[in-house]
Amino acid sequence: MENVNNQKSNDLKRRKFIKNLFISLSGLFIPGFVSAMTKTGGLKDLILSLAYDPKEHLWGMGIDIDKCIGCGRCVNACKEENDVSREPFFFRTWVERYRIFDNGKVLVDSPNGAINGFKPSTNDEENIIRSFFVPKLCNHCDNPPCVQVCPVGATFKTDDGVILVDPKYCIGCRYCIQACPYGARFLDPETRTAEKCTFCYHRVVRELSPVCVEVCPTQARIFGEIKKKPSPLVRFMRKHVLGVLKPALNTEPKVFYANMDMEVR
Amino acid sequence: MISFWKKIPEQVKRLSLILIIFIITFIFIRSKLVPPDFGEYGHYRTSAVDEIIGQEIKYAGHTLCNDCHNDVVDFKKTGYHRNVACEVCHGPAALHTDDPVEFELQSPRERGHCPLCHEYISSRPTGFPQIVSASHNPMKPCISCHNPHDPKPPEAPKECEACHAEISRTKSLSHHVYIECTVCHQTPNEHKINPRNYLPGIPSSREFCGGCHSKDSTASDEIPKIDINSHGERYMCWQCHYPHLPEAR
Repeated sequence: MENVNNQKSNDLKRRKFIKNLFISLSGLFIPGFVSAMTKTGGLKDLILSLAYDPKEHLWGMGIDIDKCIGCGRCVNACKEENDVSREPFFFRTWVERYRIFDNGKVLVDSPNGAINGFKPSTNDEENIIRSFFVPKLCNHCDNPPCVQVCPVGATFKTDDGVILVDPKYCIGCRYCIQACPYGARFLDPETRTAEKCTFCYHRVVRELSPVCVEVCPTQARIFGEIKKKPSPLVRFMRKHVLGVLKPALNTEPKVFYANMDMEVR
Repeated sequence: MISFWKKIPEQVKRLSLILIIFIITFIFIRSKLVPPDFGEYGHYRTSAVDEIIGQEIKYAGHTLCNDCHNDVVDFKKTGYHRNVACEVCHGPAALHTDDPVEFELQSPRERGHCPLCHEYISSRPTGFPQIVSASHNPMKPCISCHNPHDPKPPEAPKECEACHAEISRTKSLSHHVYIECTVCHQTPNEHKINPRNYLPGIPSSREFCGGCHSKDSTASDEIPKIDINSHGERYMCWQCHYPHLPEAR
């Protein structure tokens, strides 16, 4: 009997304990609920103020290789506009020179990303059968491998098709740099976060073109809507035979090249 | 209900309690660590977009220059540099457009600037104007002869071989060496300034060559002559003979 009584009081104690525990635990939820109720989302206060709706756009770029003169003004302007490190090896856009020799050898060079242009090639000039410049940048793939591999959700595709990096969320693990088949990403030497071309998103939402397009002296770069008829890019896409880099990877790039040689990759 | 509760073994109750505490702590910590706007539009922080578009603009864009410098812009409109934005040479101008007095833009005057685009590099597209700066008036700054807002060669090329060197070298070895280019090619004067829009003419008939090479022409006897009615049938002369290096004797 005593045993039973003892057990009962133990039960009571435990019940009281659990009761109190649940009450105190539910108290823990309150801050979470409050923050969930009050969240403004920071939702694009800026974007809304600009009357820019990402859902209404789909951006892309066209590059006419026959027009590129390899002056590197785009590389310089991009670094200037986006505060990219001036040291070599850090580029959001760069220009490559292809030289294809009669024995089938292909030489690709890009001295300091062509920020100071190219020096005339002197050796083996005789044996070159084709030569041209290829500007490169992030392809803003419709099916981006870099977004897939990011473990923290720091890189993402916006509704208008631009791939962006959230520098505050990036942990600098370099997975995306490895995943990008175009070598378009790098680790910023100062912030130690992943960096890449944003199509100059801060300009695009204000109806300015990306700075590389703005300064290209020969209009080798065309920027615009992919799906709106009056866009200069649609006209460009209609008038040229287009190619994209590494089409076999199914990344579906939104940077389209015209007059592209089969050796370009 | 109470009987059901009693049926659950003691150890299961204790373990489930720990599990519940664990889950609650996890949810709580997660709600603290994950920003409230994460996942609103996708697997990312929505305010990151705001931060990215908050970036400072440094290149003002080509449309703004016209507001004050419309004289230069109008002048530039007709020249070859009409599609070259002002900021290509003058640098980023957003600070200048915000405060034109405080921030002035630089103009590159040194010789090193123009060859960025105009130095001869074999990879550049054909037809783009290029020079070899080592031999092109090496000591003069470019702007002493060319106005960068309306660049033109100060003196149109005098000789055809300035541009058509390869043809000229070939012709110099041929029997046609003393025949001026303009004998066969009617060349408008504008061709020297705007070569692609004003193309020189080319002969269009067999009779043109026949003027010297036909049996009944009055030209000198040294010139080889053929019967233009039977020679070469229906072919045009230049389908068999290269006029800049005619091989038949």
